[in-house]
Amino acid sequence: MSFNNLDTLYRQVIMDHYKNPRNRGTLDNDSVTIDMNNPTCGDRIELHLQIEDGIVNDAKFEGEGCSISMSSASMMTQAIKGKKLEDALKMSAIFSNMMLGEDVEEVDFDLGDIEALQGVSKFPARIKCATLAWKAMEKAVAADEKE
Amino acid sequence: MDIRAIREQFPILDQEVNGFPLVYLDSAATSQKPLPVIEALSNYYRENNSNVHRGVHTLGTRATDQYEGARDKVKHFINASSTEEVIFTRGTTTAINTVAYGYARHFLKEGDEIVLTEMEHHSNIIPWQQAAKHTGATLKYIPMEEDGTFSLDSVRSAITNKTKIVAMTHVSNVLGTINPIKEVASIVHENGAILVVDGAQAIPHMKVDVQELDCDFYAFSGHKMCGPTGIGVLYGKKHLLEKTEPVEFGGEMIDFVGLYESTWKELPWKFEGGTPIIAGAIGLGAAIDFLEEVGMDQIEAHEKEVVQYAQSKLQELEGLTIYGPEQRSGLVTFNIEGVHPHDTATVLDAEGIAVRAGHHCAQPLMKWLNVTATARASFYLYNSKSDVDRLVEGIERAKGYFGDVF
Repeated sequence: MSFNNLDTLYRQVIMDHYKNPRNRGTLDNDSVTIDMNNPTCGDRIELHLQIEDGIVNDAKFEGEGCSISMSSASMMTQAIKGKKLEDALKMSAIFSNMMLGEDVEEVDFDLGDIEALQGVSKFPARIKCATLAWKAMEKAVAADEKE
Repeated sequence: MDIRAIREQFPILDQEVNGFPLVYLDSAATSQKPLPVIEALSNYYRENNSNVHRGVHTLGTRATDQYEGARDKVKHFINASSTEEVIFTRGTTTAINTVAYGYARHFLKEGDEIVLTEMEHHSNIIPWQQAAKHTGATLKYIPMEEDGTFSLDSVRSAITNKTKIVAMTHVSNVLGTINPIKEVASIVHENGAILVVDGAQAIPHMKVDVQELDCDFYAFSGHKMCGPTGIGVLYGKKHLLEKTEPVEFGGEMIDFVGLYESTWKELPWKFEGGTPIIAGAIGLGAAIDFLEEVGMDQIEAHEKEVVQYAQSKLQELEGLTIYGPEQRSGLVTFNIEGVHPHDTATVLDAEGIAVRAGHHCAQPLMKWLNVTATARASFYLYNSKSDVDRLVEGIERAKGYFGDVF
C-alpha cells in the first residue's frame, strides 16, 4: 500500500462530506432517535429520522468521529431522504456488500456519493467506521416499525 | 544497550508493512515477543506438555517443575516475600477482578469508600463500580492537576477513615504519568485502608519491588512484558490473600470435596481453579529471564532517552497537542489539529508505522482531557530514536495529506 492507496480511502468527495457535512443537526419533529457508538474506538452518532407512511421524510445526525464515520453519516442521511423504508434498508444491504469488497453494479437506485466509500473495503480496520451510520439507520427503522 | 542485538531477538520486527520497514509503536497495547519466549512455548509443547500437580508420570513432573519454576521467577522479579503471594491469572483484568470479587465484596459495607484516580483504565474502574453496587460502598476520585498528575495533598484529602480500598494505576496508559505508589501506600495505611495497584504499564518498563512499594495487591499482565497473552499475575500480601475468597471453583483449587461442602487448597493454588495457564506461565518465566538479562535499569534508561527524544521532536511540530506530564513513562499521546486520530493512525499505517488510536479503555480520562479519542505512540526496549524520526515524518505526512485534501 502506498499513498495512492490512501487516496482510494480518502477521496475528495469523502473529505467534502467530512468538512461540510449534510444534514448535521437535530429534528424537532423526529419520529425516532437512535444513539449508537462504536465502543472500541469511541465514534458516536445520534440519528434523527422523521418517518411517515413508510417514507423517510427527513434525516439529521449529530456525532463525533473520524472522517470516514462522519462522512458516511452525511452521505447516508442524504441518500435515504425521501426513500421508502424498504428501499432505505435495501441500500443498507448494498452498502454492507460494498464494504465486503463486492462490486456494486446493477442496482435500482442512484447511489450517488456513497460509492466514494468503496475504497474503505480495502481497509478492514475502518469498515466499522463506515457502517456505523447505516447500522444506526437500520436500528431506527426497526424501532419505528415497532411503534 | 545494543539495540541491534535486541532487535534480532524479535523476529516480527524484521518485516515490511505496506512496503515500509515496520515501526512498532504499540507496545503499551501488547509488546512483541523475543525468541527465548517463543522457544519456551514451543519447547514446552514439543517436549514437556502435561497437566500439572497431579500426574505421577515424568512429563507431569517436568510440567509442574516448569510451572512452579515460573512462579519462583515472578517472586524474585517483583521481590515478593514468598511464592504463596504470586497468583497466576489470565491478566491484569482478572487479577483486579479477583480482588474486587474475592476481597472487596466480602469486606465492604454500606458507607465504606473506594478511592480511585481519574486516570484509571476501565479494568481498574468497573470492578470497583460493581463492588460498590453490590455492597453499598461509594466511589470517590482523587482529582488530577492540569498536567495529568496528582498531589499527595489531594490523596490525603480524598482518603478518610471511611476509606477501605484505594485502587490506582502505577503508570497511566494514556498520559504516561508515573504515580508515587510508595508515598500513597503510606497515606493509605495511616488510614487503615489497603492499596490495590494496576501495574500493567509499569512492570514492563521499570524495576518493581512490591515490598519496597508496600502495596497490598499488585496486578500485571505477561503480554505487555514480552510474555504470551493469557497470563498475568496477582501479587497480594499473604495475610490479605488468606482472607480473600476464591472466585473460581472447581478442579485444582480444592483440598477435600464432599457432597455438600468442600475446602480449598492453601495459597497460591486456591485461586487457580481448573487446569492452569501452564504454557503461559512458562512463557512469562522466559520473558522475565530475558528482561533480567538485558537489565530492567538499562531498559528504563533506554526508554527514557527515546521518550524524551520523542517529546522534544513532537513538541516542535505545529498543530500537535501532547497530553500528559513532562516526566513520563515510555509513551506519547497526541492529537493533530483537525485530523481525527483514526485517520492519523491509518495514514501512519500506510507508512508501516503502528500506533494506537481511540479512547485507550479510559473513557473517563478522555472526558477529562475533553477529547473523544487520541493517538498514542508507545515505546519499548526494541525501539530507537530512528523509530521516532519515522513517526515524526509520518505525522508531517498526515498533516500534509489532510491539509491538501481539506
